[in-house]
Amino acid sequence: MASLRINLRPSLAGRSRWLAGILVLAASFAYGQAVNSCLDCHSGQEGNLQVTPEKFSQDIHAQKGLTCTSCHGGDSSSYDPDQAMSRKAGWKGKVDRKQIPQLCGSCHSNPALMRTYDPSLRTDQLDQYHTSVHGKRLAAGDTKVAVCVDCHSVHDIRPPSDPRSTVNPVNVAKTCSRCHSDAAYMKSYGIPTDQFANYSTSVHHDALAVRGDLSAPTCTTCHGNHGAVPPGVDKVQNVCANCHVFQAQMYQKSTHAKAFQDKGLPGCVVCHTNHGIHQPSDVMLSAGPGGVCMRCHAPGDHCDRARASILNGLTQLDQSIGSADKALRLAESAGMEVSEARLSQDQARDALTKARVTIHSFQIALVDQDIQVGMKIAAANRKAGEDAMVERNHRRIGLGICLIAIAMMLVGLWLYIKKLES
Amino acid sequence: MIAAIVRWLDERLHLDGLIAPLRHKTVPTHRLSYWYFFGGITLFLFIIQVLTGILLLLYYRPGANEAFESVQYIMTRVQFGWLIRSIHSWSANLMIFTAFVHMFSVTFLKAYRKPRELTWVTGMLLLFLVMGFGFSGYLLPWNTLAFFATKVGTEIAGQVPIIGRPMMIFLRGGEEVTGATLTRFFGFHVAVLPLIVVILIAIHLFLVQLQGMSVPPKVEAEWTANPSARREMKFLPNFLLRELMAWYVAIGVLAALAAIFPWGLGVKADPFVSAPAGIKPEWYFLFMFQTLKLIPSKVWFIDGEVLGVLGCTLAGLFWLLLPFFESDKPARTRAWITGLSIFALVYVVGMSIYGFLAN
Repeated sequence: MASLRINLRPSLAGRSRWLAGILVLAASFAYGQAVNSCLDCHSGQEGNLQVTPEKFSQDIHAQKGLTCTSCHGGDSSSYDPDQAMSRKAGWKGKVDRKQIPQLCGSCHSNPALMRTYDPSLRTDQLDQYHTSVHGKRLAAGDTKVAVCVDCHSVHDIRPPSDPRSTVNPVNVAKTCSRCHSDAAYMKSYGIPTDQFANYSTSVHHDALAVRGDLSAPTCTTCHGNHGAVPPGVDKVQNVCANCHVFQAQMYQKSTHAKAFQDKGLPGCVVCHTNHGIHQPSDVMLSAGPGGVCMRCHAPGDHCDRARASILNGLTQLDQSIGSADKALRLAESAGMEVSEARLSQDQARDALTKARVTIHSFQIALVDQDIQVGMKIAAANRKAGEDAMVERNHRRIGLGICLIAIAMMLVGLWLYIKKLES
Repeated sequence: MIAAIVRWLDERLHLDGLIAPLRHKTVPTHRLSYWYFFGGITLFLFIIQVLTGILLLLYYRPGANEAFESVQYIMTRVQFGWLIRSIHSWSANLMIFTAFVHMFSVTFLKAYRKPRELTWVTGMLLLFLVMGFGFSGYLLPWNTLAFFATKVGTEIAGQVPIIGRPMMIFLRGGEEVTGATLTRFFGFHVAVLPLIVVILIAIHLFLVQLQGMSVPPKVEAEWTANPSARREMKFLPNFLLRELMAWYVAIGVLAALAAIFPWGLGVKADPFVSAPAGIKPEWYFLFMFQTLKLIPSKVWFIDGEVLGVLGCTLAGLFWLLLPFFESDKPARTRAWITGLSIFALVYVVGMSIYGFLAN
């Protein structure tokens, strides 16, 4: 402590305290700023001790009027280190990691106080944290686990809506990966460290980070942020149902739901994996590479035949939509009006999407029902395209006859004029 | 049989007396006579416009929620609806084209000279009106391109100092292009413009009939020097039969265009989406549009667009009054007007091509 105090007073060494006080007061008066001896000294420090006014001004707490002493105690109006960092003035020094959740919670768990800043803010973060693996391990004395500042940063805490915030949806995965992708750091926990690498290849990451769809899931969407899992979800593996509602409803009624449960298999994850979820395709139903059914089912059994039937139906519908598109494109390029059929193609595509959702029921009849709806629409649209081309040919024949008649008329008129003028 | 009917009508209506002036009418015959046909072709295309327009009216429903669907219905469900609509659209474009050709042929042949100043003025007014027909008719299918072209077009009209904004609000039927604009344009297209155009065509034809066909000054000079070289043909039936041949050719061209390149419908207008990139007006407005695009946003202290609109208006007004700048001696013409006419033709064609090719 003594060495720290010496470090904090070099600029004042050899000068009388009253003179320094007058100078600082004069300077702060001139700039119209409140005195904050903490920042004045700590901006000149190195490493973790360095906190510059620029950095702290970015912090949402600073913007709401909180100062260093709000968390660390002490007297920020004094330039005497002994006074500024005196226990009498309530100085706490560096907050112990174990105490950080409690310290943050002293305000953030106080609904009356938080309402004065933002009535929409939740105040159950600390309670949630206590139920999380991080919270439980911290309580058990493991100080390696994440506490508030590990995720939210410290001294430049920004609201999650700020794109620069470490907990902004776009940045959450990277923030979690700082620990969870560090094999050395995670070694003692015996859990994989490839989650971020897998997630980075997933359809969810693509939607969130590439397409900027903030509703796409990141780590905390499935695993929860302060608590262990999102509210209403008993297992992380069931969290998919929060977004993929129809697929989940179909799956819950299917034979797989019970079978997976009996075998202790993690539902959706069995076929779709967890962190590295790729864009699903009909290939997943194939018996070859990329197929998932045959990992459990035997070739030629009832389920294999059902798989082949569903795959066949989906492929047929996909091809029918493709050939209808082709026929309509051809008609359009010939200048024919097929916009109604073009619009109707969306219904065929919707039917295909619906059939792909209905697959989660694992019932051929239900899937086939959607496929047939799509097939009927696609066939009608293809016919509309082909009819348009037939119509185009009729028009050209009609044009030919019309032009011949006009040519004959012109010749007749010319001969008549010649006769008249001769 | 037909002769008997004609005789029966003649006894009662004295048809012979009615067409007697046409029997006496002659048309000068010289190496540039074929330019005379373009006026007649333009008139023929206008008649086609009226006939196909009436047929389209049987199914067309003006209104933001119905217009596009009704044109779609005409194109897909109505027997030969596609043909009628395609001919109406192609004929409109051809009519504007032939009107321009007619106007420039009259300019270069100096046919506007005294005593035909009023024929020129009515002709120019008709040209402006057919462009108005094009502008108002373009919006009627209520597709995206038409919607934004009207938005841009009326915005440009709004740039005219003092009267611009009230004129824009009058054209749009409000601050924005909406269903109110569509019904208003429909009214202009099927009632206001046809009425004015029919009256002007009647005056224009009456003046042509009254003053006869103009002979180019050079040909006139040759004929004065050598009276035996003067050639004429009877309007009825010789010239009319030739005109009829031109009309048949026009029908053939129209039928071919309608059958091979049916007029597209586009996508229904959505006022809430942004304008398609690189949107351009119809080809006959391109030279003006491109001119406005090339003028800097500020010229000295005057707003570029205002300057462009004012310039175009003044140029149009000057062109309308062109005969009054010409020499009043029939045998002598002013060379600078010929030079200006060449410049105008090159400018209109050049700017249209530039506008078509520009991004």
